[in-house]
Amino acid sequence: MKRHLISAADLSRDDALLILDTATELASLADRPIKKLPTLRGRTVVNLFYEDSTRTRISFEAAAKRLSADVINFSAKGSSVAKGESLKDTALTLEAMGADAVIIRHGASGAAHRLAGWVRGSVLNAGDGTHEHPTQALLDAFTIRRRLRGTGAAGARGAGLDGLRVTIVGDVLHSRVARSNVLLLSTLGAEVTLAAPPTLLPLAVGSWPCAVSYDLDSELPKSDVVMMLRVQQERMTAAYFPSVREYSRRYGLDTARMARLPGHAIVMHPGPMNRGVEIAAEVADSVRSTIVEQVANGVTTRMAVLYLLLGGTEFPATGVAR
Amino acid sequence: MCAASSPVAGRDGLAVLDAEEIRRALTRIAHEILERTHGGDGVILLGIPTRGVPLARRLAARIGEFEGLDVPCGSLDVTMHRDDLRLHPARALGRTELPPGGVDGKTVVLVDDVLYSGRTVRAALDALNDLGRPRAVQLAVLVDRGHRELPIRADYVGKNLPTSQREVVHVLLTEVDAQDSVMISGEGRQS
Repeated sequence: MKRHLISAADLSRDDALLILDTATELASLADRPIKKLPTLRGRTVVNLFYEDSTRTRISFEAAAKRLSADVINFSAKGSSVAKGESLKDTALTLEAMGADAVIIRHGASGAAHRLAGWVRGSVLNAGDGTHEHPTQALLDAFTIRRRLRGTGAAGARGAGLDGLRVTIVGDVLHSRVARSNVLLLSTLGAEVTLAAPPTLLPLAVGSWPCAVSYDLDSELPKSDVVMMLRVQQERMTAAYFPSVREYSRRYGLDTARMARLPGHAIVMHPGPMNRGVEIAAEVADSVRSTIVEQVANGVTTRMAVLYLLLGGTEFPATGVAR
Repeated sequence: MCAASSPVAGRDGLAVLDAEEIRRALTRIAHEILERTHGGDGVILLGIPTRGVPLARRLAARIGEFEGLDVPCGSLDVTMHRDDLRLHPARALGRTELPPGGVDGKTVVLVDDVLYSGRTVRAALDALNDLGRPRAVQLAVLVDRGHRELPIRADYVGKNLPTSQREVVHVLLTEVDAQDSVMISGEGRQS
């Protein structure tokens, strides 16, 4: 494992499987009376959130606390950032407070990468602009493996996602979740297809390890997993589709579309959902939907990542660029 | 299970226990557990991964043979409770599997292959603490090689094996290593 987790591309297949296997073991913690392990006692984890987030921040906080780390929450609102402090100065402040890990969410793509050059601790990317969100991809992979590769006594230990067909639908252009998922799921052996209107696909999509389709209906019958993406209206500065209704009619997952899926297929959504836009309420609440499970698996997977990055030997403090 | 630095001349690669002797030692321990716990009522066996787990299963099978008693058997991973985590890169976790009913009010017999510094057992006691409140905790080991660093002793010992700290004791079990034997060697892994 590398020292930071900035991109899903940093993870080799072995790294990814180690994280998923560790998460598999940690999942049993949720059923125990005392949901806490002493492993990261005395370590400090900073949640540095420049963008709004409910589940990711709380998920990281719960994960760090269950491993007994001290958690400092920082949100840009109501901090010195509002007074104009730069990311670098904020980073150096955190460094001086002795943060062992910084979990960063930022509106600018590449913020986590920059931060990694400024602090001595580990940097975990919790979403940077439209770039990446690797822990979301890990928890999605974990959820897929649990649902489709068995949950028996041995779990799915050591198993990849080989041969599974995953269709990621919707606003790929603005989605860091899609990017991280394409990279990670293909590393784990899944066949990924992006289904989206051409206006919502990035230019470079041809170089990604996945297939592309403009027709959702033809992809559904051969999908083991359908992952719906949120239509990110807050990042849309131009018209990407004529109307929300038209988008919803062509790329929204309603009950009629869900019926075209194979019997074992699951429906995923990273949240927060726009019910009625990309996913119908009946689909979101159906038994195929793993949306609530994904949240629970998020804590487990992030515990695994924090343990693997911070639980062992400290990385030698090599050349910190100032 | 092992710790050593420089090679020592002498009993290199010597088998200390063969398959027969391991079988006899486990048979004796199984009888001792039954004796000490007055028939094995309320006993559960928890193996410490990796090799404690098959040993616990064998003991449970042995007890079943002798008394027709179905002793619950599980595993207890202690990795997250170890005191030497920061001395190594993060390690993969083993499996913790408790028998249905948990450990509350039970007599828990921890099972491991080698008792050495006692630190693994301390970690196991801590891990157990978070899982419930057993009525009593006992310790069974196949080999006690001495050199304790903590006030811990085993209740059931397969073989007391005086060693030098430079030597390494390897327990091999069919379930994991395709053969049963206990080996001792002076040429430990260089740490």
